[in-house]
Amino acid sequence: MTQKNWSERINPVVRNLPPSGIRKFFDLVSETKGVISLGVGEPDFVTPWHIREACIYSLEKGYTMYTSNWGLLELREAVAADVEGTYDIKYNPRDEILITVGVSEAMDLAMRVCLTPGDEVLIPEPSYVSYAPCTILAGGVPVFMPTGLENGFRISAEQVQASITPRTKVLLLCYPNNPTGAVMDREELLKIAEVAVQNDLMVISDEIYDRLTYVGQHTCMASLPAMRDRTVLLNGFSKAYAMTGWRVGYAAGHPDIIGAMTKIHQYTMLCTSITAQMAALEALKNGRPAMRHMVEHYNRRRHLVMQAFRDMGLPCFEPGGAFYAFPEVSATGLNCEEFAEELLKQEQVALVPGNAFGQSGEGFVRVSYAASLDDLSEAFRRMARFVRRCGVRTKVISAPVKIAKAQSALKEGILSNL
Amino acid sequence: MNNITRQILELLEDNAKLAPEEMAIMLNIDLVKVRGIIKELEDKKAILSYLTLINWEKVGEEKVNALIEVRITPQRDVGFDAVAERIYRFPEVRSMHLMSGTYDLAVLLEGRSMKEIAHFVATKLATIEGVVSTASHFVLKTYKQNGVIIEDNEEDRRLMVSP
Repeated sequence: MTQKNWSERINPVVRNLPPSGIRKFFDLVSETKGVISLGVGEPDFVTPWHIREACIYSLEKGYTMYTSNWGLLELREAVAADVEGTYDIKYNPRDEILITVGVSEAMDLAMRVCLTPGDEVLIPEPSYVSYAPCTILAGGVPVFMPTGLENGFRISAEQVQASITPRTKVLLLCYPNNPTGAVMDREELLKIAEVAVQNDLMVISDEIYDRLTYVGQHTCMASLPAMRDRTVLLNGFSKAYAMTGWRVGYAAGHPDIIGAMTKIHQYTMLCTSITAQMAALEALKNGRPAMRHMVEHYNRRRHLVMQAFRDMGLPCFEPGGAFYAFPEVSATGLNCEEFAEELLKQEQVALVPGNAFGQSGEGFVRVSYAASLDDLSEAFRRMARFVRRCGVRTKVISAPVKIAKAQSALKEGILSNL
Repeated sequence: MNNITRQILELLEDNAKLAPEEMAIMLNIDLVKVRGIIKELEDKKAILSYLTLINWEKVGEEKVNALIEVRITPQRDVGFDAVAERIYRFPEVRSMHLMSGTYDLAVLLEGRSMKEIAHFVATKLATIEGVVSTASHFVLKTYKQNGVIIEDNEEDRRLMVSP
């Protein structure tokens, strides 16, 4: 009897989808002992106790049933009030807000609703690992807009304009950004909004890190002129309230879009877990002080991280949001995967190679500072030792690297002009 | 109090071991300024002391704690303060508060045995002039002290690497 090849039976779209670049590294880390991990993409705080306690109470009271497909009305009302209070955008909680199983589900729904086969989605890069796969699964084509150290990992309106083709349907925004920590300023977003309007693009804006903004104020894309109905705003509770495992988020936008998303949600998910929704409601009602406390802690660590990389001699742009730093490691002579692997083997510090977040992440690593002060200090001691062994000397040496880079960039510019 | 002073105090309240150098980086301010603010706070006794919270049980050391409710007679001009001082000057008294309600002073004692504490209450505390009555409550178990949970089993359960 011949062995059946089940793999052939799998939908080729899924079969050909590359697995997450983090997976391989995850296995390597799991096999190593004594690791300090700065590779974690979630808060190191446990969900504040008042939220956990409210959830226990909801279980005691017997809140164990389905909710409306849209989510608990009380929670949608609280979300509407929170968004209005923060960004002055009004959403009708009855048909313009959908409670989802985290932003991950909301992203999938938004893509499926917006895309028809062959539609192109503009995605800043480096960025979170799910955007391209969600695009592909929805029949779309991801088109990446590379960013780098020189532009602070921010996209520009010109870049968006230059990436547009007749098939471009959606512009995806993801700021504050994972993995770079980059934030967009209002002026550039206004210009990007104009481009979106001129070219009739939908915008899907993943603003899960909005409350973790340390430099300036976060601008919500939907709050800009003519953008409210054009934008599907995605947000949730994972990062601001340290609620990653609860899996609860939301989408807000025009009733036609949110209604369509709800149609898919009702057949595939039915509703978000009521227990998680009860917890989210408590977070919105009473979670502000704990959130501020956490944000203050992240910001202090952010300064420590910046200083650590300055001392090590690794160029690192100042992250304005999220809880990641994205230093360039090319000066060590290693590519990002080699750097991460060797650092893990030699010094037992885990971080994520930058190319897991797209091609333009090559040469960088993502360092999460959602870790205790003790762990951060020890990890930086080890990392500094490793970097020194790779021949990188402090600041003085790192400057020529930057200058050399600038010179070569200049040369390329001159050459391309010839 | 300005925001920087508040932040320095919060950092130290949380971790007295933090060096001024670390605080300067974390708060993104000048080291000389941090040192100056701390010095000023120490001088005016806003910062009273840098203590260490110890779980003595872990090193096999027996300690007995008790809460003594003390009723006292207030005195003309000084109220409760004179009697209070005679009590809190004893090193056995770890903390002491003037309370509203049915008794006046909450006195927290620490000793090596129940006998030692009983002896202190009977011979020292209860005999002070102005002390009307005492009621002793021995601590059976301490769950949390100064905001720190004694046996906190909530370790980091996150995956080692996640996107």
